[in-house]
Amino acid sequence: MHAAVIVFPGSNCDRDLAVAFEHAGAKVSMVWHKDADLPDGVDVVGIPGGFSFGDYLRCGAIAANSPITRSVINHVERGGYALGICNGFQVLTETGLLPGALRRNANLKFLCKSVDLRVEDCDTPYLKGYEPGQVISIPIAHHDGNYFVDDDKLKQLRDEGRIAFTYVDNPNGSVADIAGVVSRNRRVLGMMPHPERAAEPAHGGTDGKAMFDGLLREMALA
Amino acid sequence: MTDEPAITEELIEAHGLKPDEYQRILEIIGREPSFTELGIFSAMWNEHCSYKSSKKWLRTLPTEGPQVICGPGENAGVVDIGDNQAVIFKMESHNHPSYIEPYQGAATGVGGILRDVFTMGARPIAAMNSLSFGEVGHPKTRQLVHGVVEGIGGYGNCFGVPTVGGEVRFDPAYNGNCLVNAFAAGLADADKIFYSAASGVGMPVVYLGAKTGRDGVGGATMASAEFDESIEEKRPTVQVGDPFTEKRLMEACLELMQTGAVISIQDMGAAGLTCSAVEMGDKGGLGVKLQLDDVPQREDNMTAYEMMLSESQERMLMVLDPSKEAEARAVFEKWDLDFAIVGETIPEDRFLILHGNEVKADLPLATLSGSAPEYDRPWVATPAVAPLDPTTFAAIDPIDGLRTLIASPNYAAKQWVYEQYDTMVMADTVRTPGLGAGVVRVHDTGKMLAFTSDVTPRYVKANPTEGGKQAVAEAYRNLTAVGATPLASTDNLNFGNPEKPKIMGQFVGAIKGIGAAVAALDMPIVSGNVSLYNETDGQAILPTPTIAAVGLIKADDTPIFGQARDGHVALLVGDTLGHLGQSALLAEVFNRAEGDAPPVDLEAEKRNGEFIRANAGWIKACTDLSDGGLALAAFEMAEAAGVGVQLDDGDTAQLFGEDQGRYLIACSFDAAEALMTAAGQTGVPIASVGKFGGDTVRMGSSEAPLAELSALFRRAFEEAVG
Repeated sequence: MHAAVIVFPGSNCDRDLAVAFEHAGAKVSMVWHKDADLPDGVDVVGIPGGFSFGDYLRCGAIAANSPITRSVINHVERGGYALGICNGFQVLTETGLLPGALRRNANLKFLCKSVDLRVEDCDTPYLKGYEPGQVISIPIAHHDGNYFVDDDKLKQLRDEGRIAFTYVDNPNGSVADIAGVVSRNRRVLGMMPHPERAAEPAHGGTDGKAMFDGLLREMALA
Repeated sequence: MTDEPAITEELIEAHGLKPDEYQRILEIIGREPSFTELGIFSAMWNEHCSYKSSKKWLRTLPTEGPQVICGPGENAGVVDIGDNQAVIFKMESHNHPSYIEPYQGAATGVGGILRDVFTMGARPIAAMNSLSFGEVGHPKTRQLVHGVVEGIGGYGNCFGVPTVGGEVRFDPAYNGNCLVNAFAAGLADADKIFYSAASGVGMPVVYLGAKTGRDGVGGATMASAEFDESIEEKRPTVQVGDPFTEKRLMEACLELMQTGAVISIQDMGAAGLTCSAVEMGDKGGLGVKLQLDDVPQREDNMTAYEMMLSESQERMLMVLDPSKEAEARAVFEKWDLDFAIVGETIPEDRFLILHGNEVKADLPLATLSGSAPEYDRPWVATPAVAPLDPTTFAAIDPIDGLRTLIASPNYAAKQWVYEQYDTMVMADTVRTPGLGAGVVRVHDTGKMLAFTSDVTPRYVKANPTEGGKQAVAEAYRNLTAVGATPLASTDNLNFGNPEKPKIMGQFVGAIKGIGAAVAALDMPIVSGNVSLYNETDGQAILPTPTIAAVGLIKADDTPIFGQARDGHVALLVGDTLGHLGQSALLAEVFNRAEGDAPPVDLEAEKRNGEFIRANAGWIKACTDLSDGGLALAAFEMAEAAGVGVQLDDGDTAQLFGEDQGRYLIACSFDAAEALMTAAGQTGVPIASVGKFGGDTVRMGSSEAPLAELSALFRRAFEEAVG
């Protein structure tokens, strides 16, 4: 399996994500945002956390217009997998690959701590390592993680079973406690929490590891 | 030289130069300085850059050891951690800017210290901060706390360095002058450290990073003066930070260093272009010529004076190997940063500044750097204080005492603060802030580094020497309590006006204590910063010599990361005499600052610390005893684990005394027996003082539900200042 991790100038979880992919058994290529093309044979694109362009404008808005992003969109349109974590989720909403938007946290403060997430009944390769309803502990670290979709879109997400994770105790004001959603074809996941920060015993928790392991297993079978 | 103001007495005074200092300038250059030259002298000679009041005493500090690769004098200290790796670290204050403009002041403090670390070739891997604010009820305090914490988070989170530790305290002595001390540590290969000394004549001097604006002009001079009511006028001297640019600057510099293009490099901090260019020239025994027209500028019509004194952030100066220019330029283009050749090294001892077709400054460089005034300021030793008379206050119900402590923002849980910092970015954080030292893994190795920052200003005020020792000893204990071996330290010495003999006496006393302690505990001072004139309207802060220290956990060491469990024994290591003078209990419950600071027995510190490390395998959880003594330590250990604790003795002095050299251990019954035997063999005092378990906190015969105390502990900080 071949994972590409996109590096924007302000990405700061790129290495963390690459390590998590590698530990799950993937070959990882780091791809600079000014590159026009993804390497050949990429199965999954990882868009890491950080502050892609400083986030002085809307988070992820400039990254959504970087040269590499066109290739990421093509990759997804061809049925490729993409995982956006934190800033990566913001980028995916800005590109329109995932619905909704991330607003400033309800308390207007940056928030970094481990939170409990409920794994929703969502049929996606990313969740094959979990049971629906399972509660897992994963860190968040964001200023703009307050997920918003309008009522119609929320109904659609629910009807289509596209809500991947919800917060047990909503930390940021997200609509319907949503922490992560998937695309219609279930191959694109965007989430604010950082599973790559809970993937080794030294992290103090390993609940995020099953996501990478499960994804790679599923992709190998697909 | 046209368009520059005439040199008048008022202008000289406005530059913070004393009449005798100006006379010295006249003697050095043999003529009246130009306006730009006056600015350059003022930048180089202010307290902040020249350490003119403190140098004499700083020289007495132990700075060497087999582990030290580079001590004070460079951008940061460099310490060997084995396997050809080095940890590079420093702590620096940004007190005055943070009081004037808390968000940007704190943010640029973080930016400055990160730059000090990556300038030397190290990728920052951990940050901490030590914050001191005025009393909670003071009208400015809340705004300062919010601004400073958001500024630290805003910068560090975006840059991408985990904040793994720190301190927050409140005391009326900081009402008019908060302290923001920022620490950063980075990791580099021990044989690839970059220094600031220029070498080679005719080498290009290259400007890297963000453009130069008018922000921060005169900042270093501002930071070397006392405050008064005119402080609001000083807001324009505070710089504005851009962590996104800093992040790119770091990546570009580290990439550039791989190309072999960097001969020497220096970040532009206080007094910007002036200090960095002079430093590089002076250390290399060379002159420097700068052509200011080539400096990337953010604003129109900037004068030579403004460019030389600007403190615009996220900038670097380097001496380039000219054969690698194309490669170097390409790196900076990749990261969309300015790269401009702005001058060259010259053989003669000259600091030559050209702008347009004019010479704006022409000064002897080595003299400019080396001739800063140095003062042996008169000082008076802090008089000895009478010991606290224990009969002057009533015994208290220990649970009531604990409640008062944990409801105080000084001792309440600080999650409101540290949850605003990214404590886990880089995915190597093993221990986040909250209890004792922060710990990060050394990526891809079995090693870990522990970080702590400590000082107890009330002790330093009562007894500067014992207080200075105590700051070092507490740092030593915090590192030890996670199983780390202390390696070295950095000091951030915050004091009032050194021209007052009483204040200078505090400084001298604290230095003596710090020096004795770092020598005894083998934690040499490898970098540091002095912040003087922390006074407002003549009111000095509490003397606050912050000690930040780094410890190493080797691959085959046993870290102590566990938690207390139901049934664990509570073991107390070290002697308890019940020292209540200057204690947290006395301050918070009785509102009294009386008595002497607790004495520090450095031999006992070393012996007890070595005992903890040698027996780490038996210990599940460990914490040092400091503010609030056994009572607070036991509560915090229990609270973190979500398990109750029962302490046998309900005596106020036994529970709340702040005797030094002590640790609290949680371990199994069998381990306790082994530890007591080992302690007996090495002469380490040890005693079982109770046990962990249940869902209450009991001290003697007084008891309360853990859940109730925990809720109080967790909400008190936010209720006070949130």
